[in-house]
Amino acid sequence: MYSESFQKSLTVVEAAREKNIALEPERMTEKQRKQLLAEYHPDYKKDEFAQLKIGVNKGDTVPLELAQLLQAHSRISPKEVDLSVPYYDTDVLVIGGGGAGAAAAIEANRAGAKVMIVTKLRLGDSNTIMAEGGIQAADKPKDSPVFHFLDAFGGGHFAAKRELLSKLVCDGPEAIKWLSDLGVEFDKESDGTMITTHGGGTSRKRMHSAKDYTGAEIMRTLRDEVINQSIPVVEFTSAIELILDHKGNAAGAVLMNMETQKLTVARAKTVIIATGGAGRMHYQGFPTSNHYGATADGLVLGYRVGARLLYAENLQYHPTGAAFPEQIFGALVTEKVRSLGAKLVNAKGEVFTHPLETRDVAAAAIIRECSTRKNGVNTGNGQGVWLDTPMIEIIGGEGTIEKRIPATMRMFQKQGIDIRKEPILVYPTLHYQNGGLDIDENGMTTNVKNLFVAGEAAGGIHGKNRLMGNSLLDIIVFGRNAGINAAAVAKETSLGKLTLEHIEKFENEIKSAKIETKMVSPKLLPNYTKQNI
Amino acid sequence: MEKMVNVFLFGQEYQVPENLTIMTAMEYAGYQLVRGCGCRNGFCGACATVYRIKGDSQLKTCLACQTKVEDNMYIAALPSFPIKKQVYDIEKINPSQAVMRQLYPEIYSCISCNACTKACTQGLDVRKYIEYAQKGNFEKCAEESFSCVMCGACSSRCPVGISHPQVAMLARRINGKYLAPSCEHLENRVKEIKDGAFTQLIEALMQKPIEEIKELYNTREFEK
Repeated sequence: MYSESFQKSLTVVEAAREKNIALEPERMTEKQRKQLLAEYHPDYKKDEFAQLKIGVNKGDTVPLELAQLLQAHSRISPKEVDLSVPYYDTDVLVIGGGGAGAAAAIEANRAGAKVMIVTKLRLGDSNTIMAEGGIQAADKPKDSPVFHFLDAFGGGHFAAKRELLSKLVCDGPEAIKWLSDLGVEFDKESDGTMITTHGGGTSRKRMHSAKDYTGAEIMRTLRDEVINQSIPVVEFTSAIELILDHKGNAAGAVLMNMETQKLTVARAKTVIIATGGAGRMHYQGFPTSNHYGATADGLVLGYRVGARLLYAENLQYHPTGAAFPEQIFGALVTEKVRSLGAKLVNAKGEVFTHPLETRDVAAAAIIRECSTRKNGVNTGNGQGVWLDTPMIEIIGGEGTIEKRIPATMRMFQKQGIDIRKEPILVYPTLHYQNGGLDIDENGMTTNVKNLFVAGEAAGGIHGKNRLMGNSLLDIIVFGRNAGINAAAVAKETSLGKLTLEHIEKFENEIKSAKIETKMVSPKLLPNYTKQNI
Repeated sequence: MEKMVNVFLFGQEYQVPENLTIMTAMEYAGYQLVRGCGCRNGFCGACATVYRIKGDSQLKTCLACQTKVEDNMYIAALPSFPIKKQVYDIEKINPSQAVMRQLYPEIYSCISCNACTKACTQGLDVRKYIEYAQKGNFEKCAEESFSCVMCGACSSRCPVGISHPQVAMLARRINGKYLAPSCEHLENRVKEIKDGAFTQLIEALMQKPIEEIKELYNTREFEK
């Protein structure tokens, strides 16, 4: 599949393979990591960020594209909507049909609340379904939630909210059990022992997986369970504005049919934002591994009613996005490829970093190799470095790739590349929103009552960089948590009069800050039609 | 200059660059997709598509996000195909062959035409996993169907109306919950945490000043 232009570099990589397998590259020191990030990580490029002029985070910086959305006009004027006749009336309204939303809905339903899910695409269309490599949990005898805490806290630059991270790691094993009891097929030895591997920055092998379809396996099981529990799901319908009651508590949402644009009102005693990430914002022009609907909607909805953002300036660029061929540009190549032994190799056949540094460090190392060091491979569509996948077959034995990472193998096979025999070209791709709406241990936003957040839309759990496998864990732990607590709060809530006054208030802030914009938000979907390319 | 090919989207002819996928070709032609587009990476099954190359008698199925356009391709998206999903209680279900017969009896009407296997966008042997389901061999059915993305292409081609992805889903859940070996270290750890075995340790760590935690992090040992 690789044309003539790649052959020279390819030959060098092949010749160095045996030596590179034997090599045990050193991990960077804290000082080296810091310097590398400051010089090469996209989060540190100051001119790609803007200061917010309005709202609770006024003065904070966020990516340019996010600042525009957060300070854009509402899609509706309050006059268009009759709040007195809600089309849906429920206890718990879950916005978003990914892993966090489904887990929340299942638990809220089990707790006896009336719950419904609204999602702008289909139930399950989410980043969850695309998560490949695994889910962390400290359930092995050699491991402990304490080690898990330390790995994640350090990997996130010691910025995580400690009480949230503590909940993540302590509820981890229970989350695996919960999934297992629902029928999720984790990879196990014949005696039931979980097959676990390392991820970037983990000190113990605690990455559980279902081949490299881990997220897909979790999502399809949760979706099946949501349907089995007869939880109402309204698909192809987006929440475009939250509704508050006269006390300022969350009380529902204005919904829009994605095809007919018809507006409806959903009244709810509690609302859970589980809208996921923002890869389709293409910050700094990066490609993304995210699904079609990852457009930061939840941050916009929350921000407009006064919910605070935490670490919204920290994005995760997954080190190994596919860099070639063009048809799969930006698609995720799971970290599990490196967990299984493949190393990152430059055009000269040199291993230039430990393969399991944390994601931000590994991404920065690749960008350095492809920029100032000029050791990248020209892909015809940009630069990339080799991820030497045939190493896996040599280390783990023939058949390891097919058994452990069939999805990755299939993706490249469709492009005419056999990853068992040929290495692949990779470059960082926009992958994860490390920050989000600020929540407390109950999953409720810190300054809007009855508004809960779960999954990628929440901030603070991972600090400023998330480790592999902690996001699938997060959506289960904090999805369930939000569902249970939202159901409990709903029981004690009697709704006041519904209002959309916040739209006008926000509009006035836009005017006072002299922000000139025609943009409306949330964005809902990217536009890739020709005139927009 | 990029090389262009002719494609027919829902019968309408467009010229698009040859290196595009069916999905990006639709966008190139001006479609702002709402249905029939999900993860764009071959995992979600939202973009099941049928196509025929002009003059070819074979109707083919694929995922639009994973398939390159070809010259004279007649394309129609299959964004929503009504397949049958039976509701059941996973806690109360009896993991035996009878449950398949009860929930999805149509699998026993299979005429082995193999249309499902030919239609599979993941290259799975669909007919074989349906055979395993018929026999109540959930473990093998789960294994053979594991990479299913539930796009429904198989069901769209089935002459007896089998909802293959849902049959496989049931088999996998039964296998994961009831048939796979249970995990002792997981059960133990869940209990230890419930009993508070780590509470003090975690709290002690959380209370430490940041410099001390940094030191612990930077000097921690890695399991080989």
